[in-house]
Amino acid sequence: MNNTIKQLSVFLENREGRLDEVLKVLAAGGVNIVALSLADTSDYGMLRMIVSEPEKGRASLKEAGITAMLTDVVALRVPHAAGSLSKAMHQIVEGKVNVEYMYAFANGSDAAAVLKSDAPEKVVDILKKSGFDVYSADEAYRANQ
Amino acid sequence: MAGIALENWQEQIRDPKIECMSRDEMNALQSERLVKQVKNVYENVSFYRRKMDELGVEPGDIKGIEDIHKLPFTTKEDLRDNYPFGLLAVPQEKIARVQGTSGTTGKLTLASYTQKDVDVWGECVARGLVMAGLSSADRIHVCYGYGLFTGGMGLDLGAQALGAMAIPMSSGNTKRQLMCMEDFGATAFACTPSYALYLAEAAQEAGVVERLRIKASINGAEPWTDEMRKKIESILHINSFDIYGLCEITGPGVAMDCIHHKGLHVYEDYFYPEILNPADQSACAQGETGELVFTTLAKEGMPLIRYRTKDLTSIKYDTCECGRTLPRIQKFTGRTDDMKVIRGVNVFPTQVETALLSMGGGVAPHYMLIVDRENNLDVLTVMVEVDEKYFSDEIRKLDELKVRVGAVLKQALGVSVRVKLVEPKTIQRSEGKAKRVIDNREL
Repeated sequence: MNNTIKQLSVFLENREGRLDEVLKVLAAGGVNIVALSLADTSDYGMLRMIVSEPEKGRASLKEAGITAMLTDVVALRVPHAAGSLSKAMHQIVEGKVNVEYMYAFANGSDAAAVLKSDAPEKVVDILKKSGFDVYSADEAYRANQ
Repeated sequence: MAGIALENWQEQIRDPKIECMSRDEMNALQSERLVKQVKNVYENVSFYRRKMDELGVEPGDIKGIEDIHKLPFTTKEDLRDNYPFGLLAVPQEKIARVQGTSGTTGKLTLASYTQKDVDVWGECVARGLVMAGLSSADRIHVCYGYGLFTGGMGLDLGAQALGAMAIPMSSGNTKRQLMCMEDFGATAFACTPSYALYLAEAAQEAGVVERLRIKASINGAEPWTDEMRKKIESILHINSFDIYGLCEITGPGVAMDCIHHKGLHVYEDYFYPEILNPADQSACAQGETGELVFTTLAKEGMPLIRYRTKDLTSIKYDTCECGRTLPRIQKFTGRTDDMKVIRGVNVFPTQVETALLSMGGGVAPHYMLIVDRENNLDVLTVMVEVDEKYFSDEIRKLDELKVRVGAVLKQALGVSVRVKLVEPKTIQRSEGKAKRVIDNREL
């Protein structure tokens, strides 16, 4: 089973109503957003999402003339307990993997975070070997598993 | 110092024999020089020999200035095709100096000067400095850039020819400029008009205006309005003058305006102006707007015959109130191409395209240039489409791309630019000639 998941990333020009346009396209395509992070710079924004059907989401955006791409990320799952994320991160750093960015992911009873790195498969291995779990694609694309 | 009011102005003329020559005498001088120059280029520049042969014109057909219309044109593209030394009329050992400006693509437009050409250049600028009321007793603070750009060197040579003190500041660092202006007792300064206004406002803000001894400024290399001139004059209590030139012809000092500001006097004993209809290159009637075309009547290094400047203007031949008979070209109304002057530097949209293509990926060669003026300085923003293949969800990578694009463009254009990355396929495509520039400056 594939343990990395697909994130849908969208480049947003800083202009009025652009985010609304993107969300409208996904809504019309029946694509549900499970988690999202919106980063902004002075020129543009970067919308990163975990959605119910990433391929379909990308296709509908493309059809609407919006640039989107799919990125392999890991949906890390840690118990809601102080220090658990710290432990997991420590293992990743020990494994010499670079974390590019991370954002929270509300899903089920455990704490979850989407993590982008330069070696997603390796992150999955490291986490599993050190007793942490990750969400599979099936689980991640549906809310509240 | 206060600016001198027109009624108190004492006009000085450096070379009254030339500058106030009758039209008949001037035509005779121009005819003599043109006949000699045409023979020279036919014999020494294969490019002109070929062009004249193609038109079936021989040097003998050119008997005077009235025959100039028979001669072939020279374009910026011809300069590019013969880059760097293909149009020389003398052996390369005779070249004393080169100066350059941007070309329409990656290569520079290079001009070569013999020592005599350099002297003529200095003499023409000196005529302009005298027209601005300056003499050998003056101290000229030059804050045009020095280098291949002709601005700094041109004014420097003019100050030398005049016997005045040249203060070679070059551009940038406004605080230091003002400090030196005050400490060295500069009586005139030269730079682009937008920088002059910037400097004037900075001087006002720093409260140093009253401590400066400046009485005149010489500003050119970019278009400006009478309103802008009056603003500079009123802040600094000086008289400001417009200077025009282009590297291909000589640099600044091709033409300059006098205290009456009724157009720029062309030094037509060296640079013969024609105004031609852009559609068919026929001569325009006096006062009619057309493309300005120059023939360098006495240049040795790289003489140019009927060089098309692509600047649109008109010309007047009546004697000016200052006493000069030199014709006056009017403020430019535009260009026949899409060149823009940004902080004194010529920028062609095609240069941007060439630079983007040279990056070998990352961005698509689709772009839009937006020119604004903020705090009196030109700001060039280049909107570039991110190539879909290089699109990344990591801001760091996009920022790296932005920095890389900025560096490539700065190197290619010679001015710094703001890069704005936009989504792929969002810049308007159009068949034929796309609109690539939005100029928000009110000139």
